[in-house]
Amino acid sequence: MSDAVAKSEREQEESNARIMTGNAATALAAQDAGTDVVAAYPITPQTEIVENIAEAVESGEFDAEFSRVESEHSAMAAVMGASQANARTFTATASQGLLFMSEMVWWTAASRLPVVMSIANRALGPPWNIWGSHTDALSQRDSGWMQMFAGTVQEVYDLTLASFRIAEDQDVMLPAMMNLDGFTFAHTMQPLEKLSPEDAQAYVGEIDIPHEVTSQNPRGFGAFTAGDNFWKFRKKIMDAMDNVPEVADQAFDELAEITGREYDLVHEYEADDADLVIVGLGTLAREAEVAADVLRKEHDIEAGVVRPILQTPFPEERFTEAVGDAEKVVVLDRSTSFGRGGIVTQDVKLALDQPVASVIAGIGGQNVEWDDMVDIALNAEPGKTQWFGGDL
Amino acid sequence: MSTQSEGALVPALDMIQIRWHSRGGQGGMTASQLLGQAAFEDGRQATAFSFYGAERRGAPLTSYNRIADQPIKLYSRVSSPDMVVILDESLVDIQDVTAGLDEDGIVVINTTEPDLVDHDGRIVAVDATSIALDYDLSVDGTPIVNTPILGAVARTDAADIDTVARVIEEEFGEANMKAAREAYENATEV
Amino acid sequence: MVLGVRHMLQEAGEDTILVIPACCASVIQGVYPYTAFDVPVINTAFASAASTASGVEMALKHRDEETNVIVLAGDGGTTDIGLAAMSGAMERRHNFLYVLYDNEAYSNTGFQKSGRTPTGARTSTTPTGRKGEQKDIDKIVEAHDPEYMATSTSGYVQDLRDKTAKGLEADGPAFMHMLTPCPPGWRFDNGQTVEVSKKAVSTGLWVLYEKERGGEIEISRPSKSAFKNPDSVTDYVEMQDRFSTASDVDLEFLQEQAERNIDEYSQYLEEEVKA
Repeated sequence: MSDAVAKSEREQEESNARIMTGNAATALAAQDAGTDVVAAYPITPQTEIVENIAEAVESGEFDAEFSRVESEHSAMAAVMGASQANARTFTATASQGLLFMSEMVWWTAASRLPVVMSIANRALGPPWNIWGSHTDALSQRDSGWMQMFAGTVQEVYDLTLASFRIAEDQDVMLPAMMNLDGFTFAHTMQPLEKLSPEDAQAYVGEIDIPHEVTSQNPRGFGAFTAGDNFWKFRKKIMDAMDNVPEVADQAFDELAEITGREYDLVHEYEADDADLVIVGLGTLAREAEVAADVLRKEHDIEAGVVRPILQTPFPEERFTEAVGDAEKVVVLDRSTSFGRGGIVTQDVKLALDQPVASVIAGIGGQNVEWDDMVDIALNAEPGKTQWFGGDL
Repeated sequence: MSTQSEGALVPALDMIQIRWHSRGGQGGMTASQLLGQAAFEDGRQATAFSFYGAERRGAPLTSYNRIADQPIKLYSRVSSPDMVVILDESLVDIQDVTAGLDEDGIVVINTTEPDLVDHDGRIVAVDATSIALDYDLSVDGTPIVNTPILGAVARTDAADIDTVARVIEEEFGEANMKAAREAYENATEV
Repeated sequence: MVLGVRHMLQEAGEDTILVIPACCASVIQGVYPYTAFDVPVINTAFASAASTASGVEMALKHRDEETNVIVLAGDGGTTDIGLAAMSGAMERRHNFLYVLYDNEAYSNTGFQKSGRTPTGARTSTTPTGRKGEQKDIDKIVEAHDPEYMATSTSGYVQDLRDKTAKGLEADGPAFMHMLTPCPPGWRFDNGQTVEVSKKAVSTGLWVLYEKERGGEIEISRPSKSAFKNPDSVTDYVEMQDRFSTASDVDLEFLQEQAERNIDEYSQYLEEEVKA
């Protein structure tokens, strides 16, 4: 047994170090950020988020309005309405729930409202499946929501706070989707350091929506608009999206000043001198770091991992820089676009000037371990889409 | 720290991996979370997670822990456990409970018949069901075996009994803590 | 809910197509490649059970086929997210039987509060007890004037079967609301489902009745007995740990709810006597 410092419960309450699931960390981040209004509908594997918020609100620990709405479509409509009235808002869903919510997801972005939503990524049916896949979130990538993907419980806590900070920035004013893999992450306990609510709220700042709906300043929102003006609204969103990488970098710098933890638009592991780079989102790509270690040690291959933290807008420049001169690029893609192959692969292909090996892996509960990833990295063929479990 | 028999392939794999076999409603998931909490309080890195279909009482459910000194990068289901914990002996017949466990691995099982499990290595057996009933621990008619079984797990390198006892007492009270300690004292080794 | 569902299906027979949205029934089917049902099942998205069933019904109607179309849905998929679809299907008068098995929470996902959760009950999203009153889905359905509607419960299986048969015979939308006590969700011992179910009836909290279009509500026998000498709601509440969070005010409210039911539904008894 290592030299250990046992922590009594009292000591723990006084310190900010905890161990908890990705879902619990998400709920905690929403609370620490000073969210004012939550409306949510339960769906596996997100239910713990909603339940923890319910408990914290009922105990008085979390001072927010909380509505147990009757569907996801209503959940997004409700937080959208609250956000329009200048409240800090949060909701969470997954999979089918996100798709049922989709119309309002788009409505919220085009309304330029900085709602923050967590997605415990889950496969879409039929057939019914409750395990991880990124297709749900990525199906909304055109909507105007920025999207980040976390890989550890610490990351999901920190990045959820950052989501509020970035979304509410006057140069962005767009909603933010924070993604965590269902089950392998959402339900997995890992240690984290939290911020005090005071520090978290100082970091996020005061919410100030310029287009707040208020009788003090009566204006109409979203009314009929014709062709000479409609495109201007769309261009504004496009421009705001272009600001996200810079604002995110700044938000990460500010967070580092408070916590000492550094974040980047793209997370690199041993990618500097890598000849082979594995690309992926979330926990799959983090496990790939072990595969990279093994490839170096056992197979004499200089391998590394590039894991985008920000996926929408896709940080092309940073990503290309991270991949560098790697000869072989293997995408572990936990998503599918029928007719286009893996969704993450599309962004990777657009950014790079070389054939990419795309491997659809780990969807719907398919177990992909570090040693599988070693085999995949060795055998995947550039220029092709292959399926783990089938081709590989 | 004890891991696979030849030592870890790379430092990132230097860890203890535990797989729990239970049925929905028996507290297998909670047991893995309590173990994770205990490891954390001992200053170690830990993960805890479960794999189950939609919630159904009685359906087999697998839970996992990984415990290490450095941050754990594995999220996949454990296929080469160092330890297997079985909360319900009826699972031995219907599941390959020792899959991936080599002869250096440990089996911890709730049973009165340690011979039930086909394993050449160390078996820690405890009648957790009886202990649970002795301390009146049950939910909706099902005995709570997870807290006593955690006591048996503390007989191995995976956990320290004092930390486990404290975590259990804080979460579930004195009776559960005593059940865990009794299991720790009375578990038999094969 | 398997007790009630099994009897309902036995009555329906093999010439049946089931439509099941996200709910416990999705899960009890088991995992591919096996299914626990002897009849074909279409699994559909949470909000769309009744609309999916409408489509099946239209296809069968177009070919003059007689197969039973039955929706088997939980309270979430009926009173909350599925309400609009059910309302539409009834308003369009599709010929199908809508079976609502009601365990008064979103049980499939871990017992979160639904529109049917009773006052004071603990769920994972109402840890200190549900505030407000459960939604009276039967009145909502009644407003759609279905061909046939009924309430039933797992404790009285013959009554449940008879009502299933009538619902299937009806030519047009039919609705059966089954109260299906849930041991893990309501927190009582596995063997007590029938007891809890009967107690709901004997207190007057759950009223067993049926109604044909154009006719009056007919009270079923177990409720007739209950009205004469109802048990106290406390007896019912004490059987279930989910009510441990109910305040005295909540318990009073539940007792009043039962008494209001008895008052309101007793008028149909008098009318029977008059006739």
